Amino acid sequence: MTTPDAAGAAETTETTTTAGNTENAENAETTGEVTERRLHPVTPLRRAWAPLAVLFGWAVHDPDGAQRHLSRLTTTTLLIGIAVIIPAAALYGFCSWWFTHFAVTGTELRIRTGLVFRRTAHIRLERIQAIDVTQPLLARVAGVAKLKLDVIGTDKKDELAFLGADDARALRAELLARAAGFAPETAHEVGEAPSRQLLRVPPGVLAVSLVLSGGTWGSLIAALVVPPLLWLATESVWTVLAVALPLLGAAGASSVGRFVAEYDWTVAESPDGLRIDHGLLDRAHETVPPGRVQTVRIVEPLLWRRRGWVRVELDVAGSSNSVLVPVAPREVAEAVVARVLPGVTVPQRAALSPSPHRALWCVPLWWRGYGLAVTDAVFAARSGLLRRSLALVPHAKVQSVRMAQGPWERARGVADVHVDTGANKTVTARLRDAAEARELLAAQAERSRTGRRDARPDRWMA
Amino acid sequence: MWIALPPGLLKMRRLLLVVWLGLIALAAGLVPGLLAGPAWGVFAVLPLASMAWGWVMIDRNWRSWRYAERADDLLISRGVLWHEQTVVPYGRMQLVEVTSGPVERHFGLASVQLHTAAAATDATIPGLDPAEAERLRDRLTELGEARSAGL
Repeated sequence: MTTPDAAGAAETTETTTTAGNTENAENAETTGEVTERRLHPVTPLRRAWAPLAVLFGWAVHDPDGAQRHLSRLTTTTLLIGIAVIIPAAALYGFCSWWFTHFAVTGTELRIRTGLVFRRTAHIRLERIQAIDVTQPLLARVAGVAKLKLDVIGTDKKDELAFLGADDARALRAELLARAAGFAPETAHEVGEAPSRQLLRVPPGVLAVSLVLSGGTWGSLIAALVVPPLLWLATESVWTVLAVALPLLGAAGASSVGRFVAEYDWTVAESPDGLRIDHGLLDRAHETVPPGRVQTVRIVEPLLWRRRGWVRVELDVAGSSNSVLVPVAPREVAEAVVARVLPGVTVPQRAALSPSPHRALWCVPLWWRGYGLAVTDAVFAARSGLLRRSLALVPHAKVQSVRMAQGPWERARGVADVHVDTGANKTVTARLRDAAEARELLAAQAERSRTGRRDARPDRWMA
Repeated sequence: MWIALPPGLLKMRRLLLVVWLGLIALAAGLVPGLLAGPAWGVFAVLPLASMAWGWVMIDRNWRSWRYAERADDLLISRGVLWHEQTVVPYGRMQLVEVTSGPVERHFGLASVQLHTAAAATDATIPGLDPAEAERLRDRLTELGEARSAGL
């Protein structure tokens, strides 16, 4: 049962932006039924650090000039400056908070912002792909949270920052309930749907998994080896610093940063989708509605293989969330995948048919890593020799199918089959037998067409 | 079932090739020829050779382009050395575009481009007759509406 409205898929952008349009806002107010709400009163403070950061950046950039200016400052000028700047900033902060409203109607979430340039965003609820509640460290202290909305066809995330933590959770529940098609009267009372925990990653396992990842070691070694070499070569402090700092940053992000972000990773199932909660300092609560997942990748780094651990990544159209499970034993991860892609069992290693032996001449050594399995529900392609990765695409999510054959591949009688999905990801079955690839092309197009018929409706709880 | 492209695209591409490489050959022949002596004028042979090669290649490439409107999907096949075949189910089309640049318009040509929700979908049919391009657009839109599906 596809809503006839899906024809409107042609119209991908549903966020309408109007500038300088006060009339519209008045209409919305006079129609009455829609109750407009404001954000949490601490919101203006969230940009309070910006002027300080600018000053600090300027002082670091030009230390001599900063000192000169500082010595010239007298108490009077300082006082005058403070007397002018602080009320002005406070007024601006207050006004931007005062003029930001949001309202939930039966079909839309309306956000009205802007003091001088007004912007009214109407976000159609059935186009929402996912809603995240995030709490940066300071926001956790203040007891507030940010609500981020993923919508198809818009590049930037619309967000509501900040709301009270409980308000944010209630609003998310209400939006999901309405998007799922609950009647407007009951949408308030549905509350947060009950959830059942599927998986929790213990901190120890996460730490070991990071120690066993090549990426962590690669960036650490690069950060330790490159700067001394560079010092020997150039003997210039600034060059070494300019190279070392980003390298150290990358090393920190790939080890400590990932640990902090993926700490206490919990996946729970609820009627409105999969809930993902994670983070040590900044807590994030993500919801992935069912039926919106375009591809799932099961990645198995070399050093994890002995322990039988895998990482699961996913692509959702219009969403930047990409990790479903940072590390888990294969069976547990596959059970979670079965929840995201209903009716799908992950094909076992033996079920994947490898590339023909003659493909050896096209991709030496790595040809062994390629494999393909097509089941009733998914197109599954494997790649990689050391770091194995298995990509799954439900047939219903395939947008187009391509077969490509280069000169070397033709000489060996093999071809590649690409499957394009809506999340701008392409899954490729490389080096298939040419006759098989031709059959696959036709068969996959047919499956893509028919797969849609038994796919889940856009309104998933209705 | 397969429909090939009309000869207009071949003519246009060959003309562009001759004009550009002709100019380059002229420059490559005249500049060293006048500055360093007439013998250096042989540099003009290089662009002329690539012109001859391009003349043949353009023909092969043009022959390789073809498309088929099947019951439920559109098939586009192209490329000689790097051969590629694309299948787009009608239900997945989000938008069909007919474009025609100034040079194309002069030669009475138009291209049809299909967009799906996947940016990687590269389904363009160049060098069509404008009437055929419009017919194709209308037909694809109609079929797309009938078989529409979301993401």
